[in-house]
Amino acid sequence: MKIDCSGMYYRKLNKIIRDAAEAGESEFILDHVNGQRYIGSGINKKIKITINGVPGNDLAMFMNGPLITVNANAQDGIANTMNAGEIIVHGDAGDVIGYGMRGGKIYIKGNVGYRTGIHMKEYKKQVPVIVAGGVACDFCAEYMAGGILVLLGLEKEGDMPITGDYLGTGMHGGVVYIRGGVDENMLGKEVSVLELDEKDMKLLKKHLAEFCEHFGFDLEEAMSKPFVKLLPVSSRPYGNLYAY
Amino acid sequence: MISEIPPEFIVKIDYEQCKRCKRCVMNCSFGCMQFKDRVIPDHKKCVACQRCVTFCPESAITITKNELSYKENANWTPEIRQNILKQAETGGMILSGMGNPRAYQILWDHLLIDACQVTNPSIDPLREPMELRTFIGRKPERLEFSADENSEIELATELGPQIKLDIPVVFAAMSYGAISFNAHKALVMAAKQSGTLMNTGEGGLHKDLYSYADNIIVQVASGRFGVHSEYLNTCVMVEIKIGQGAKPGIGGHLPGEKVGEEISKTRMIPVGTDAISPAPHHDIYSIEDLSQLIYAIKETTDYTKPVSVKISAVHNVAAIASGIVRAGADIVTIDGFRGGTGAAPMVIRDNVGIPIEVALAAVDQRLRDEGIRNNASILCAGGIRTSADMAKAIALGADAVVIGTAALVAMGCRVCQKCYTGNCAWGIATQKPELVRRLDPLVASERLSNLLRAWDLELKEILGSLGVNSIESLRGSRERLRGIGLDEMTLKILGVKPAGVGQ
Amino acid sequence: MKDNCYIPSGCSISGMINESGRRFDGSSVIKSIALMHDRGNGLGGGFAAYGVYPRHAEQFAFHMMFDHIEAKEACEEYFKDRFDIVLDEEMPTRAGGAFEEETSGRYGEYGGHPITNPPILWRYFMDVPKSKTSFVSENEYIVKNVMEVNSRIDGAFVASSGKNMGAFKGVGYPEDIGVFYKLDEYKAYIWTAHGRFPTNTPGWWGGAHPFCLLDWSIVHNGEISSYGINKRYLEPHGYKLELRTDTEVIAYLFDLLVRKHNLPMEMAIKALASPFWKDIDRMPEREQRIATAIRQVYGGALLNGPFSVILGHSRGMIGFNDRIKLRPMTCARADDMLYMASEEAAIREIAPDLDRVWSPKAGTPVIGKLSEEVI
Repeated sequence: MKIDCSGMYYRKLNKIIRDAAEAGESEFILDHVNGQRYIGSGINKKIKITINGVPGNDLAMFMNGPLITVNANAQDGIANTMNAGEIIVHGDAGDVIGYGMRGGKIYIKGNVGYRTGIHMKEYKKQVPVIVAGGVACDFCAEYMAGGILVLLGLEKEGDMPITGDYLGTGMHGGVVYIRGGVDENMLGKEVSVLELDEKDMKLLKKHLAEFCEHFGFDLEEAMSKPFVKLLPVSSRPYGNLYAY
Repeated sequence: MISEIPPEFIVKIDYEQCKRCKRCVMNCSFGCMQFKDRVIPDHKKCVACQRCVTFCPESAITITKNELSYKENANWTPEIRQNILKQAETGGMILSGMGNPRAYQILWDHLLIDACQVTNPSIDPLREPMELRTFIGRKPERLEFSADENSEIELATELGPQIKLDIPVVFAAMSYGAISFNAHKALVMAAKQSGTLMNTGEGGLHKDLYSYADNIIVQVASGRFGVHSEYLNTCVMVEIKIGQGAKPGIGGHLPGEKVGEEISKTRMIPVGTDAISPAPHHDIYSIEDLSQLIYAIKETTDYTKPVSVKISAVHNVAAIASGIVRAGADIVTIDGFRGGTGAAPMVIRDNVGIPIEVALAAVDQRLRDEGIRNNASILCAGGIRTSADMAKAIALGADAVVIGTAALVAMGCRVCQKCYTGNCAWGIATQKPELVRRLDPLVASERLSNLLRAWDLELKEILGSLGVNSIESLRGSRERLRGIGLDEMTLKILGVKPAGVGQ
Repeated sequence: MKDNCYIPSGCSISGMINESGRRFDGSSVIKSIALMHDRGNGLGGGFAAYGVYPRHAEQFAFHMMFDHIEAKEACEEYFKDRFDIVLDEEMPTRAGGAFEEETSGRYGEYGGHPITNPPILWRYFMDVPKSKTSFVSENEYIVKNVMEVNSRIDGAFVASSGKNMGAFKGVGYPEDIGVFYKLDEYKAYIWTAHGRFPTNTPGWWGGAHPFCLLDWSIVHNGEISSYGINKRYLEPHGYKLELRTDTEVIAYLFDLLVRKHNLPMEMAIKALASPFWKDIDRMPEREQRIATAIRQVYGGALLNGPFSVILGHSRGMIGFNDRIKLRPMTCARADDMLYMASEEAAIREIAPDLDRVWSPKAGTPVIGKLSEEVI
């Protein structure tokens, strides 16, 4: 199903998608999207949505299944509290990506904003994954409680840092992989930097292969620099704040 | 470090009476009672939860305050000294449970209700109709009608989703995690029995309770635990929790030891991990972001569920509530500073926020001044103890009240304020299977239903004495309240005349 | 309307500058802010425009709002003794004007909302008599009089008071306000816009953004949690904060720091959105000394809480965020145009082909300047 979204209000657009998905439609191509919110939100079916244009905030919020491809930049709040599905962004993404995300994958070709992967969590087989090809801003992986977050910094300019400040602050679960190392001054108090073991490499390679396939990057090159991994120092970062 | 903190309570055992049945030892969940050829209490461990007292068949146990453990001093109270000692020993914040226990003025107790005499008749509620049915949700400004081809008049306005309550009381948000599964189950069963609602709190909803969807408010808080589209659709109403009266502006923290298999499933986090709720929602840093989240939920529930936003009563509560209504919320829940909690830093609980009475009055008035009172229902929480408080709250402008602590007390809570320890001897605020078992959901739900029935009867008596037979005639009717012992400014904020002044 | 309690509000903002000084009409800024309709609630919208009065570029242009005719009379009486009024006229408006998106449907849920109950809107182009500036500068004289009018003349409010610029604001959705003020008929080299989501009662036209003083204009998204101390810090410097919004402190802080204290713009922004001590401790010696001194001296000017702001002035436009970036902002360039907005879509709506799109770092200003030859 092809929809021309120029000038279309989000409520109408999302209703068309919901109703058509309910009726069995499995593939949507949305043209001239610009700023419409909540695309893919709360949809529980494995439909495919291709977005041509910049989608509005809260793309794929509470999403549970669909595959979304964005052929532009994406705004703030992608994959908010998402349960399952996949999002591929052929551009940059805004702030607060994957907040409380519990499952599914996000691949972003370019940079990501502030608070990426904040409070991401995992549950049993649901392990959320975010891979960003560019750099991240401050508070990346803040409060992270589970899942996998990969930062590649592939096209960063000069000595630009790959992450912002307070990386992994309050992190108490999950893992962050960073290509080419990280400035220790940027780290939150609750994380430590470790080398990757074989299991890590296997996991990383799997996700990078997928990332490279989506965006036409060379896997060899992506893996050419050594990675470091960030793990929480403790699963109980705030255990000793109280006098009982 | 050796603790120098003197015991707060003294456990006296009447050894003449004691039959050494050890029931107290078995019942004490705080490790206070030991048996060494007779029962020996460790006074330091007693929290005065009254479990042993209640279950001693010989009534041989009394608990008293350790009166002179600190030499008298009106300035340096025992509590202050005890807390300093605790902090000196640990370097940590003082944690506490339940609502603010301090002796702040309780405005409910300075408000009195009117009654009819001579000039208008009172009504006998036992024999004449008396209606408490309340609908919660956004109402339009006005109704429009149209006539069809047969000139039959038809309603043209479509009302948004409305929730029917048989009694204007709902149970407060208390998460599975803060309280036990049995407590959750008792609440939802009682809600169903009494025609009202329970609120999941922020820890998700156990699958076994999904069948009670018609009596459930599901909550979305900053931790987003157990929140997914199915959850959002297993309810009659969705509540976004911004704040809690006991700890405005403060996050929450369920320690890993409470996250067992069932809680893990419900919250959808691994067993044994801390469940941390950040202070803010990280997708809400401004009022337009709240609007964005409200509509995200409406999109996800296809506009079938009203959305409530719960805030704590803070200084600017009226303006904030107005913004919330304009942001698209159908219900505003205001939680006053005496509201309860499973755990909060004492410094916050006891010093932050404002009383619910003034907050409620200010919000109701502001929404009326702005002509948007019909656009949202107001739920009033945090310090409703009796049906009288409920009647006064409704007269000040609440559509319904919310009870947390009162419901816990009905289930057996003795307000010992140790909820955060997870050792609740009454099986309520605990996840230890051997303690949870102590609370029978059937019995507890019956106690809750009984409480609501009693309040239902009392509220009807109040309405009858006021000479009205429907709750609408009390709602917002501040004319039927009078204040005693209140200063002029407080009376003005409450919109209530002083006692002695007629109409 | 003027009392001391302030009303929190959330918002959308958009701004654009042509750095070569080319002037363009207001229809694009209206389209841009209209896209973010849902970020406001129809209780406030406004625009600042620079370069709109080339024929009166030397006069101070006062955009005035009067609640009633008595206020207008009182204010004119006040002006008469203090200024040389070169021209005064009613602000041109379209009665009830409402934005109608050509590709209808996006706002189908809402429809255009006609603007109702405007105050009396009048503009005055005025010179400051030479005799008045023997002891104070011209600018100081204007500031003093703006404060006087706002605080002393009941029902009168100065919406803007700069040269060759003006604020066009009111109660309504910004796109409707833009049409109401006929902004499509004005040309400016800088446009900023604001859609407001206040939590207060309708009807306070002065409470809409932008907030202006001299040629400063501020549009702001977020809430200044430090308002209480910012206000008390400003008051002894002669500023009267009576407009029931936290945003006015930003305008006055810039006026104080940049105009009165003569701080370079970068330093003023460092005072308002200071670096953290943790970062200051790691700075090179000179930078560290400067940043430390700024925090020591200007602690009362630190803006705490979530915000993104676009500051306009006659030679440029500056966008910046709070220190931990709690409010969104996206910037973009295309040729000699610089755009800033709360959402990228609001820029794409009017400029689909951009050379570069980026999000500024927290506390780091993005500066658009008129090129030297234009000035």
